[in-house]
Amino acid sequence: MTALGYNFGYLDENTKRMIRRALLKAVAVPGHQVPFGAREMPLPYGWGTGGIAVTASVIGAGDRLKVIDQGADDTTNAVSIRHFFAKVTGVGTTERTGEATIIQTRHRIPETRLREGQILVYQVPMPEPLFRLEPRVAETKRMHALADYGLMHVKLYEDIARHGHVAISYNYPVLVGGRYLMSPSPIPAFDNPKMDRMPALQLFGAGREKRIYAVPPYTSVTSLDFEDHPFQPVRADAPCALCGSRESYLDEVVVDDKGGRMFVCSDTDYCATRQTQREAAE
Amino acid sequence: MSALLEASGLALRFGAVPALDGVALEIFPGEVVAIVGESGSGKTTLLRVLSGMMRPEAGEVRYRDPEGGLHVVHEMGEAELRRLHRTDWGFVHQNPRDGLRMRVSAGGNIGERLMAVGARHYGNIRAEAAEWLRRVEIDPARIDDMPALFSGGMQQRLQIARTLVTRPRLVFMDEPTGGLDVSVQAKLLDMIRALVADLGLAVVIVTHDIAAARLLAHRLLVMRRGQVVEQGLTDRVLDDPQHEYTQLLVASVLAA
Repeated sequence: MTALGYNFGYLDENTKRMIRRALLKAVAVPGHQVPFGAREMPLPYGWGTGGIAVTASVIGAGDRLKVIDQGADDTTNAVSIRHFFAKVTGVGTTERTGEATIIQTRHRIPETRLREGQILVYQVPMPEPLFRLEPRVAETKRMHALADYGLMHVKLYEDIARHGHVAISYNYPVLVGGRYLMSPSPIPAFDNPKMDRMPALQLFGAGREKRIYAVPPYTSVTSLDFEDHPFQPVRADAPCALCGSRESYLDEVVVDDKGGRMFVCSDTDYCATRQTQREAAE
Repeated sequence: MSALLEASGLALRFGAVPALDGVALEIFPGEVVAIVGESGSGKTTLLRVLSGMMRPEAGEVRYRDPEGGLHVVHEMGEAELRRLHRTDWGFVHQNPRDGLRMRVSAGGNIGERLMAVGARHYGNIRAEAAEWLRRVEIDPARIDDMPALFSGGMQQRLQIARTLVTRPRLVFMDEPTGGLDVSVQAKLLDMIRALVADLGLAVVIVTHDIAAARLLAHRLLVMRRGQVVEQGLTDRVLDDPQHEYTQLLVASVLAA
């Protein structure tokens, strides 16, 4: 059921065209941040306005949309955005990773391998990977222009000197196509290897910061590291309490006030599918 | 032997004030050249123009790379100039806070230049940083301390270590001993002198401290109102000043 009085996808056609232009440029220069005119959205900055603007610009009547928030289909943010698009476009929605053509995500990449033709849209709070290290925006732009990324390695050096390992568990900086330093948005470092040569198109939208960037299919994405301290994705050392997976990324859930806790898959679709398969097998 | 750096006809005005007025000089490998003069005489401006940080209104600065090729500094691209500043050149600021990253440990500060030119082996970077701390007489055990915990003299030595780690051939120094107390100054000058001799560095040092210039420099340039009024071997200029301004400058040094 489509809401009356709205253009398809909420944004007007001119805005969508402007965003598509930014997207084309972003795809042409993988990892490079392209400015765009972020519009007022019917939800606050920080709730995924950048991702929504991108989704609204690429979605068509034949698409099927999946929205996840920290891997889950059933949390407030995911539910609201899914309802929003169902209302303003009338496209079908799904919770199945395999069935979706567009997946908008906040802070996770689905466990199920994505395939060609799918689009993964990330919601990005802070697109600039250097912003904690270099406060001047003009200077960070110059560093990107000159591929001058020694400073990021200084940060990694400091981590190893202080903690013995690189203490970045999410938003772990990556180098795209051997050229641009990119913030992968706050996905866990565990998900970083999935970005490398992914068959699906990856689009990133930062609404408040008004930046769009992209990783085209099959583009190399490498996590920064040192030769003698290679990148290591971190995962809780436990099987999922519900589906028993030893490969998926886990959430730690506190279950009582006596110190009880359990580890469950953060990707709800993946976990549910495995549980159904297990039941069917029994 | 051909000059490492040559400048000719440099001119730059700040409004009506001439900061540089027809300055020419040559720096040869392994040579320490001091630029002295009163405040506002154009010393620091000259240093900034020579190092490519500022563009002159007229004149040219030419730099010779290790392979012997000659480059016009102000025609280089930004990337090339930046690379030059990290490899073959170095710049030591008067205030160590301008040259150091205060929120990064001593080791990280020294390692930054190495990482900027592509070093990606943590163990090697750290070993090199420890070695350089030792060379500038800072206890290598303090490799993980923040520069803010260091004294002024140690910060300045750390800045020098950070600059020299990529083995530059030419180093610009802007009053490196300014703001330090006398005994620390003496120690720092002694260390700079030893390093310069050891590494065969060419140094352009701006100072208003005649004693420092006499201790370090082979050659001296005296500047006044944007012009080089006198230049020559340090001892010659200081013992037998020709220009009236140099005479005034030498006469106004207090004998200890």
